[in-house]
Formats: sequence, structure tokens, C-alpha cells
Amino acid sequence: MKFIPHTSEEQRQMMNELEIKKLEELFQELPDEIKINKDINIPGPLSELEVARQLKKIAEKNKTVDQLTSFLGAGAYDHYIPSAVQHILSRSEFYTAYTPYQPEVSQGVLQSIFEFQSMICELTGMDVANASMYDGASATAEAALMASAATRRTKVLISKAVHPEYRQVLLTYAGGPELQVEEIDYNQGCTEIEKLKQSMDKDVAAVIIQQPNFFGSLEDLKAFADVVHEHKALMVTCADPVSLALITSPGSCGADIVVGEGQGLGIPMAYGGPHLGYMACTKKLMRRMPGRIVGETVDNKGQRGFVLTLQAREQHIRREKATSNICSNQALCALAATVHLSLMGPKGLRQVAEQCLQKAHYTYEQIINLLGYQPVWSVPFFKEFVVKVPQSPAEINNRLLEKGIIGGLDLGRYYPELEDHMLFCVTETRTREEIDRLVALLGGDVK
Amino acid sequence: MSNIPEGLKYSKEHEWIRLEGNKATIGITDYAQDSLGDIVFVELPNIDDEFESDDVLGVVESVKAASDIYIPLSGKIVEINEELVDSPETINEDPYEKGWIVAIELSDTSQLADLLSKEDYEAFLEENA
Amino acid sequence: MTEPLIFELSRPGREGIQLPDNDVPAKAVNELLPADMLRQQELQLPETSELDTVRHFTRLSRMNYGVDVGFYPLGSCTMKYNPKICEDAANLPGFTRLHPYQPEETVQGALELMYQTQNYLAEITGMDAMSLQPAAGAHGELTGLLIIKAYLKSKGEKRNKVIVPDSAHGTNPATATLAGFDVVTVKSDLRGNVDVEALREEVDGNTAALMLTNPNTLGLFEENIVQIAEIVHDAGGLLYYDGANMNAIMGITSPGDMGFDVVHLNLHKTFSTPHGGGGPGSGPVGVKAELEPFLPKPLVIRDKEFYKLYYDLPLSIGKMRSFYASFGVVVKAYTYLISQGVVGLKSVSEHAVLNANYLMRRLAGHLNIPFDRTCMHEFVCNPRGLKENGVRTLDLAKRMLDYGYHPPTIYFPLIVEEVMMMEPTETENKETLDEFADNVVKILQEAVEDPEKVKAAPHDTPVGRLDEVTAARNPVLRYSKK
Repeated sequence: MKFIPHTSEEQRQMMNELEIKKLEELFQELPDEIKINKDINIPGPLSELEVARQLKKIAEKNKTVDQLTSFLGAGAYDHYIPSAVQHILSRSEFYTAYTPYQPEVSQGVLQSIFEFQSMICELTGMDVANASMYDGASATAEAALMASAATRRTKVLISKAVHPEYRQVLLTYAGGPELQVEEIDYNQGCTEIEKLKQSMDKDVAAVIIQQPNFFGSLEDLKAFADVVHEHKALMVTCADPVSLALITSPGSCGADIVVGEGQGLGIPMAYGGPHLGYMACTKKLMRRMPGRIVGETVDNKGQRGFVLTLQAREQHIRREKATSNICSNQALCALAATVHLSLMGPKGLRQVAEQCLQKAHYTYEQIINLLGYQPVWSVPFFKEFVVKVPQSPAEINNRLLEKGIIGGLDLGRYYPELEDHMLFCVTETRTREEIDRLVALLGGDVK
Repeated sequence: MSNIPEGLKYSKEHEWIRLEGNKATIGITDYAQDSLGDIVFVELPNIDDEFESDDVLGVVESVKAASDIYIPLSGKIVEINEELVDSPETINEDPYEKGWIVAIELSDTSQLADLLSKEDYEAFLEENA
Repeated sequence: MTEPLIFELSRPGREGIQLPDNDVPAKAVNELLPADMLRQQELQLPETSELDTVRHFTRLSRMNYGVDVGFYPLGSCTMKYNPKICEDAANLPGFTRLHPYQPEETVQGALELMYQTQNYLAEITGMDAMSLQPAAGAHGELTGLLIIKAYLKSKGEKRNKVIVPDSAHGTNPATATLAGFDVVTVKSDLRGNVDVEALREEVDGNTAALMLTNPNTLGLFEENIVQIAEIVHDAGGLLYYDGANMNAIMGITSPGDMGFDVVHLNLHKTFSTPHGGGGPGSGPVGVKAELEPFLPKPLVIRDKEFYKLYYDLPLSIGKMRSFYASFGVVVKAYTYLISQGVVGLKSVSEHAVLNANYLMRRLAGHLNIPFDRTCMHEFVCNPRGLKENGVRTLDLAKRMLDYGYHPPTIYFPLIVEEVMMMEPTETENKETLDEFADNVVKILQEAVEDPEKVKAAPHDTPVGRLDEVTAARNPVLRYSKK
């Protein structure tokens, strides 16, 4: 109630002006039979102090990754977020603004998105990027739809080594336009190129490969791109932007569309969202891209300025013929990524990526030397890796949790053939002490 | 009053058609370019693409609108105006000459009877004003 | 006043962060990764100090307009005040520092909060079950239509027509196409309602759903909603509720009471989570019991005192995004919900409608009000007699910027010429509305007396009118080193 400022005197004056005696009279056009006549069960109203107490109490029922030591990745990553990021996001000129439909008073958001687009292009090696998408999974699905529209073909091939949830989201989206989705099997931790070759035909619009893939392994994108382009289909890569500080960009490997999850760029894991989908593509596909795009221009005095552009693609103009139905993006999360990347710079981001690489490999070497733990594949990996474990992953994770550690992901849940396999993630935020403790506990050397 | 030259045929979707034997050159009328405003992009078909009459041949976009171009006659694309890719504003500046969009080879000349004359199109615009 | 790009502030060797040294034994990178997989060119990211970065983005923020800066009567967007306590709640480490795959016993608070929010939103919409998964309104629409598609398919029905009113938001037809339906438009009548006779003509055995916003995008209540629901249901179709305008009806009526089968809400409108300059939003979807098995996976359930993620939904459409929800946004909405309670929510809607009617009355002598009815939380209007001066609605909107306002929505809905759509929301006080009305009248006078001044507006913003034609003709979409 406190967010309604009317004094009783003002309310009376306003009602007089409208010649009504009661507020209910404003709703006279509503048929009586649809008016609510039962109790609605929502507690409150509560004062701010009570609300603060209650939220604190609920939050305290959770155990955070500061209270526990986490080795989980699989699409949400504990990378360090510099303090300044949240301070900038707390500027309410940014966060209480709507979509920048009035560019003269929205240069802040517009310019930051232009900077974001520039950074995404740089990381992915692509010509153009949009203002962001909901998350990595939905961006992947949108890329498939975009490729289908651009090629006028209806089949999409996706590697089984792509995040299982991303594949599910693709399948759900594909149900709309009834695209055919086929999975390409993996072998030795990477997508099997021979299987891809067998599945290629003239109906294939897109092939989707994740880099690094769900298992953390690096895929040979160039080899895939050659096969894909031979069949005049489009190569879609779903890439972890943090890894791109270290490895070749998908663009330089021949990708036509690059999408991915940008949560690792300054956005909290926050139990799964809001995160940050991104999308970039070649200039040729620019007008097929879904979502908002910011472009540079000049104002009537010749000053540089930024506007939403290429809007004729979008739903508010093209309606049922739009490239997508997407309207909202994740502007504030894109701002977080822009500030994060500005603070990190090329050197900082590379350090983060290198430390992930070093620490993941250090952890891997230690674990596979433990009795009963086995290496599974021998492919290059980035910050995640798979090992075969001697007991059920559930038991191992329970034991670790008792000691304050969140272990790796139980892969059997997503891949029946990988029962007794776990996916560990080690980012720059894990210390050697934490890693050594994990290894000791896994080895049964319990302290 | 918009400019409607003599010697051309017209469609109710605001295209103009210039006939030369079995070849028809197609563009959008002065009225159409004026309604759309500053044109920023034209999506063209490929040479040799075949269309039935009333198919969507391409799209013209302005900043705040997009309009499909319907092909008034069945046929095969034999020429496209590639200049429009870099200078879409040509359609605004000179819709009937330099702003032509495609040329097709007709596959069914009986459809010519369905097209409007200058006078028919004038009347059509007035009716729908 | 313009601000250099962050790239232009870059100086080689300048650093904005110091990371701890690597504390594990390091190997050479090319021992760990094959040479042909290593990035060859150095990344061209900006090299700036923390202060450079903070100042740059602080200056950019000052070139931006939000609800905290001033009045923002942007119709159909519900730009109400976003309480600060909601931000504090969402920033608690107990919520931000959670990995989505943590064991359930370590995230009982998060699951409880989601479970309760599902329930509260189901209550307020009159629905039986709710999914928090969709990331935004349009995402909710797609979820809803895919649910309808799956439901019809399970009954062995092949219906491929979705009907939308001509006043609908562009996402409605775009969504219906994306979901694989054919879109048919139904016109509005002279009172601004869906034309019932036209609807009757259009509805048939092929009709999958009617998508409707009520109050509609003209800010008017669809008075014939009971009849409309009957027409669609009798033909075996379903009713989809676009929750964009839910702020007008909370606690008074509900989509469930009106006969809707599927609903999406915009937490970033009605439930006061900030818009973030275009997102993140959140678009929960609610359904009647018969459609519950088709909701996306997982739902949050309570098993005695333990909260769980529930995946056992064999008929589910699948997943619309990774993980479970825009959780951080849900925390804000939950905080708002319990701050208001049902009493507060009803009062929110009553005052949103009061403010809109009051502002409409204040402007009625000066602007044309095409539908002479009580409006709901917003209303449409257009200027009269300005055409001869060459002043358009766009110019009036730009001139409002000089007066320190964010203008209303313009040129939407498409069915009213030169339209402005004003939504003051319940959080604005009477002085703000009075002052705004006075200033609109002043601007209308200027449009007659000094039209050039209005047409050249805005004059006092960081940049003037921008050349959108050049931006679209020769797109420059990224920074390139000069």
C-alpha cells in the first residue's frame, strides 16, 4: 500500500473530478459474473522491515557457493565478478528504464549495447551481434530457426555433446514450425565427424556444435564447418565466451552463427537466471537475426548517437512475418557483461581463461591418479572434464557435501551410457587448497 | 497527387509493369514509395527463381515499415536491379526508371488481362484514398 | 553532450583488475592445448582503469531516463515505481550465490520462494497451475501457445488457426506464427471492443485459440468477454490471456474468472520488477487444470516439508530455457507480492485505474479521446487540428522530452491514427498528473503558435533527433579501430 501516494484528500478530489463516490464505480463496465467473489490467498501486506526479515530468513535456508566449495559447471559458472560491476548496475537510470524507444533520452543504454555488440563480435570473430537474447539455450534454438528461414530448409542437426538442456529447448522450439531435429553422436568426448557426414543431406539447415562442448572438450570446429558448408548448410556454434580469450574464435573457424551463454561475464549464477544469451552472425545473415540491434548514426547537429536499427525485422513492425517473436532482451545483463569485459580487458580475461585451464588440468591429473578414478577420453579440454568414478556419483557427492563440498555433475542422469561418470568444473575462483581437499576427500583420505 | 506515367500497366498491390515482348520489368509505384517513406533496404530474389503470380517476390523496408512485393505475373527472374542493394533510396528518387526492381520472362501471357491501365489505377487509388 | 566509446578510452597496458596469481603448478599452454586451437590475434577489448570504467558508465547512466528520474507514462509498459527493498532482496548472497544444479537440500529457500510465487500468481490469475520458466512476455506467449498445441494434439485435434484482434501487440501474431499456427485478425468495433459478430464469423472447428488482452491495448475493458469466451469454447477453441494489462484488474476480476485457459504475466510490468533498459523480464505462464500436464519442466512442488524440482511430466512441452526461471526477477516479484498482499494488489489496480481516468479527464478538452468510456489503467488519445501546422504526434512526444518527461507510447495500437497511449500507473501522485496535464496543454499551444519549435524538439537532451534512415541504410553495428 505504501507505494500508492494518494492522500485521502487527494483521492477525494480526483473522485470528485470523475464524479464518482467509490472506486468500484470505475469498474462498472465489468460484468458482475466475472468479478472475484472468493478469498485470494496471498499473505501480506507486510511492512518493509517484516519483508526484509522474511527474505533474509528464506535466503538463509540456502547454502551458497561461498559457504560450500563448488565444482559444478555445466552451463553456470562461478567466475569472479569485480565489485564495480554491481555498482554500475545499481544506477537506477539504467535499471528503471524501459527499452530505448526514445533514443534522445536513452543514449546510456543504447551506447552500452553498442559496446556490448562490439565486444561479442570481437570475442566470437563475427561481423555483427545483437543486443542479447534470454539465455544460451534459447539463443541456440533461435539460431536454428534463423538458419531454417535463411536456407529455407527444415532439418537441424545438433551434436549430442551439446548441453542436454539446450537440446531439450531446441526440441521444444522446433515443435512450433515443426522442424526436424536429429542428434549427432559423440565419440571419445567429441562430436563424431563421420556421423555428421552420414547425416548431411540437402534438407539440413544448420549443424549445431558447442565449443567447448558439454563435457568440456574442445571440438575441431574447422573440420565441421567444411562438411557443413559443402552441403550449403549453416554452421552454428554455441561458445563459452570466457574460453574465447584463449582459443580460436568460431568466426575464424567458419561459423555462420555464434550463440552462447554470457553468464560467466559478470553475471551471478543466481540459481539459474537471469543469465545472458548472446548471438552473432556474418554480415550476410544480418537481416535474418532475431532481437534488437543497436546501430551508430548522427543527430541533427552532427553528433554521434545510437539508435535501435534494422527494426523492420521485428515483431512490432513485421507482426506475423517477423524473424522471431522476441521483444525483451537482457539489456541489464548485457550491461553487466560490458562493464565486466571493460574491467577485465584483454589481459584480465586471458588470465581468467588460463587459470581455468591450468587449475582444471591440475585437478584432473590429481583425480585420475586416485585409486579407482579413471580417465575416460584423451581430448583437449578447457575448464571442465569427465572422469569415471569408482562408486555411484550420488554417494560420492553426498560424502563430499557432508564435508562442505559440492562435487561434480552426475552424468548418468543425462547420458545413460555415462553412468558412474562425473563432470567436474574448476574455474579461477577455486584455490589449490580447495582442490587438494577435494582430491583428498575423493581418495578417501578424509580429514 | 502521385505520379502515374502513361504506357505502363499497374497492379492493385501498387506495382508497375513495363512490357517488352515476353519480358516484363517490375517496380513499385510512386504512391507505394511515398507511403513507405525513406526506403532503407530491398530484398531481391535470385536470377532464375520462378514465381507464380501473387507470390512474394521480395521485400522493401523503410525505418518503421516493411512491405512485401507481390509479383503480379508468373514468370522467371531474368534480371535484378543490383544497384538497389547499395542504394535503396533510388526507389524513392526514381521509382519508374532507375528504381526498377526485377525483370521477368513471362510464363503465362493470359494474365496480362488482369493488370490495370493508368486510368484504372488512378481510379483505384481514388477509391481507396 | 556525447561520451566516447569505452574502446576510445583504451590505452595499451592499462588494467582495470588484478587477479590473484595462479597457485597451482602451471604447464605451458601449448602443452595443454593443440597449437591450431589457440587464439592467434590478441583480443581487441578495451584497456582501461577501474576509475575510467566507472566514470564512463556513470556518465552513460546520466544520459539515460528511468522511472527514478521522472514521470514515465509509457502505455502498455506499466512503468511503476520499483521498490528498493526488492533489489536488496534479489542481491542477497543467499540468492545470487547459488548454482542451479546444487543438491535440493542446499536450496530449500530458493525452491520455497519459487513454490510460493507459483501459488500466489495462480491465485491472482485464477489459474490452477503456474510455471515460472519463461524469460519474458513474448517467451511466455510462445510457451502458452506450444502448450495449447500439445494439448490439442493429445486430443487428436488438428486446429491451426489463431485469432488475434487488430489492436493486439505485435508479439501475439509473431508468436502464433512461431508456434506454427496461421494468424487471422479480427477487427474492433466502434466502442473499441472485439467485434463479436466478426469473431463469430471467424471462429470455427479449425480455431485453436483466441489471444486477447483484457483490458485491451486501447485501455478498455472487453465488455463482452463472457460471450467471447463462450463463442470460442463452444467451437472447441481455447482462450489465451496476454497479461500485459493485468495491472488494471488485480483482486477485481481474473483471467480465470473471465474464462481464459492459459495466461502469461509480465513480472516486469504488474509485479514491479524493473525493466532494466529492456530486460531481463520474466513471463510466468498459468493454466487451468486440464492443461497442467503440458507445462514446461520442471515445476516446483512441496512434498511434506521438502521442496523439490518435479520432472515427471510425460506430456510436457519440454523446456523453454535452461534451468528453471529468471530466478533473480522472481525474488523481486515475490518481495513485491508479500509487501502488497491481496489487499494491496487490489488497491494497486484501483489506483492505477483512478489515475488513468483522472489524467484522461484532465486532457479531454485538449486532446481527442476516440472512445468515450471509462478507461482502465491506460487510455489512448490523439491530437486534433494540428495537421495543417505539420505537427505530428512524434513531434509532441519529442517536445515532452524537453519538459523532463518520458513520452507516452506513440503509434500503437495501429488502429488509431497518430495515437498516444498513456499509462500513469498507481505510483504517481496527483501533483505529477496535474503538472503533466498542464504541460501537455502548453505543448499543444506551442504546436499552434510555434510549430517549428515543436517539430525541431527535443532541444535539451544529450543528443537531438537521430538519423534512423542512415542507421538502417548503412548499418554500423560495432566499433572498428579507425
